[in-house]
Amino acid sequence: MGKKVAVVGFGQTKGRSARKDVNGVELINEAVVAALADAELTIKDIDAVVIGNMDHFEGVNYVDSWSVEGSGGVMKPIFKVTTGGTTGTTVAMSAYYHVASGMFDKVLAIGWEKNSESDTTGAIITAFDPVWERPNLGGAIAGLALEASKYMSTYGITERDGARVAVRERLHALNNPFAHLHQEWMKGIPVDQLVELLVTSKENVMLAYPLRMSDMCPRTDAAAAAIFASEDVAEKMAAVPAWVASTTNRHNFALAGDVDMDRNTTMASAAKRAFEKAGIKEPLKEIGVCELYLPYSYAGLKWMEDYGFCAYGEGPKLVWDKVTDMDGELPVNPSGGVMSSNPIGATGLIRVGEAALQIMRKAGTRQVQKDVNFAFITGFGGCYWADVMVLGKKKPS
Amino acid sequence: MDVQNIYYDGRIKIPYTWYVGETGSRFLIALRDNKEIWGNQCPQCKKVFVPPMKTCGECFVPTGEWLKLADTGTVESFTVVHYENGVAKRPLPVIYGLIKIDGASGSLLHFIGDVKPEKVKIGMRVKAVFAEKRGGTILDISHFAPVKG
Repeated sequence: MGKKVAVVGFGQTKGRSARKDVNGVELINEAVVAALADAELTIKDIDAVVIGNMDHFEGVNYVDSWSVEGSGGVMKPIFKVTTGGTTGTTVAMSAYYHVASGMFDKVLAIGWEKNSESDTTGAIITAFDPVWERPNLGGAIAGLALEASKYMSTYGITERDGARVAVRERLHALNNPFAHLHQEWMKGIPVDQLVELLVTSKENVMLAYPLRMSDMCPRTDAAAAAIFASEDVAEKMAAVPAWVASTTNRHNFALAGDVDMDRNTTMASAAKRAFEKAGIKEPLKEIGVCELYLPYSYAGLKWMEDYGFCAYGEGPKLVWDKVTDMDGELPVNPSGGVMSSNPIGATGLIRVGEAALQIMRKAGTRQVQKDVNFAFITGFGGCYWADVMVLGKKKPS
Repeated sequence: MDVQNIYYDGRIKIPYTWYVGETGSRFLIALRDNKEIWGNQCPQCKKVFVPPMKTCGECFVPTGEWLKLADTGTVESFTVVHYENGVAKRPLPVIYGLIKIDGASGSLLHFIGDVKPEKVKIGMRVKAVFAEKRGGTILDISHFAPVKG
């Protein structure tokens, strides 16, 4: 096995619909400067850079080179990673591998996106097979609606169950100054009433049944940066380093028509393996907090079952019983999650960074009260690509 | 059996909108409104950037002072292009040059015009010719022409 690796610093920009005051390079710089400050390092301390986004969202196919003035990558080894929605988690995994290899002590991981600079759905469609599926594909929303419909039909899930997840994410986002969506109007209204409003309001437009506007993530401009350090230096850099306990990924199809709509098999398999590697036997009890890539509300029900947090069909009970709320047994997405900010290439890395902050107890107003020994992170993307990472408070043995 | 090789014509056109950022916008506004070329300077290594940069990549610090530069420079290198290019729609042949604006540390990629291709030389002195209609892009400089005399 390679070197043990920890996250020792994290920085991010506030999510916005459009950052008109900066270009992509300048946005990246804001996150990098924040991450270096968090770890009390300078760019000279960084041995290598891993950077990721989705090329088609900005139409810049040379991001690793184009961004060096902002990333700090001038005359450093740079590695570009692009894996769709999972880009940010794959950037984190790649930074981890760089350090674990023993070849680099301190690696800067950067994820960013300026979704305001293109048509998000148009760009997403370019990720699909040009001959068989582009002529008839409706983009990410319609694809996820197919999954939700199947799940509802099999287990008798209701629109209110989906809305309950949306309410949790948006309420949590109110505690996170970096979140894109801050739905202040929700403050002080009981959860039941909020759910009722979401499923009955005509303003909450139906996009593709059963998905309304409130069931989806926004498109966000933001950047994030995290610093991964080896066991030789990590403890000098952070009072509580967030150790990578395990990481794994899975993908299983090329065409949307081949997705197993019954269960999210990639997530289930990736999570199972990551828990095994981290020595976690009872996920619900042992994991202290989750930062999950839930791009839409029903994922917060069905995929929770696939991770093994409850039996099939019992995702709604878990959520309605407040298990996943801030003061529940398993707080999910204290940051507000992907449904509150989705700067696609940064989104997965924000999950990793937010989970690290929870372990370091540096999450400020969104810090969970309970002690966090393990944090569970996922990334999700087209082709049901599943990235999983477990961070731990204790250095892995 | 003979099989016809079928192809599918793509229909996706993505309308990109790139925000220039405040630093670059300041440069383009000076070009558009005043026909002026400005650079900004790294406070550490003193390099002067044209186009401007918000940070100096090598020193990794925010750039500082803005400097109004001359609209003249020197041809660092050039080439004469004889094939059509969908973006740069100009009569052929097109002369591309790297122009080092007086006072700048690097060169600006731009067109050279008002001169026969065979007369262009590396080291030649050139001056910016501004476009009649300016819209806040780098093409508010139409091209660089040889300095007379």
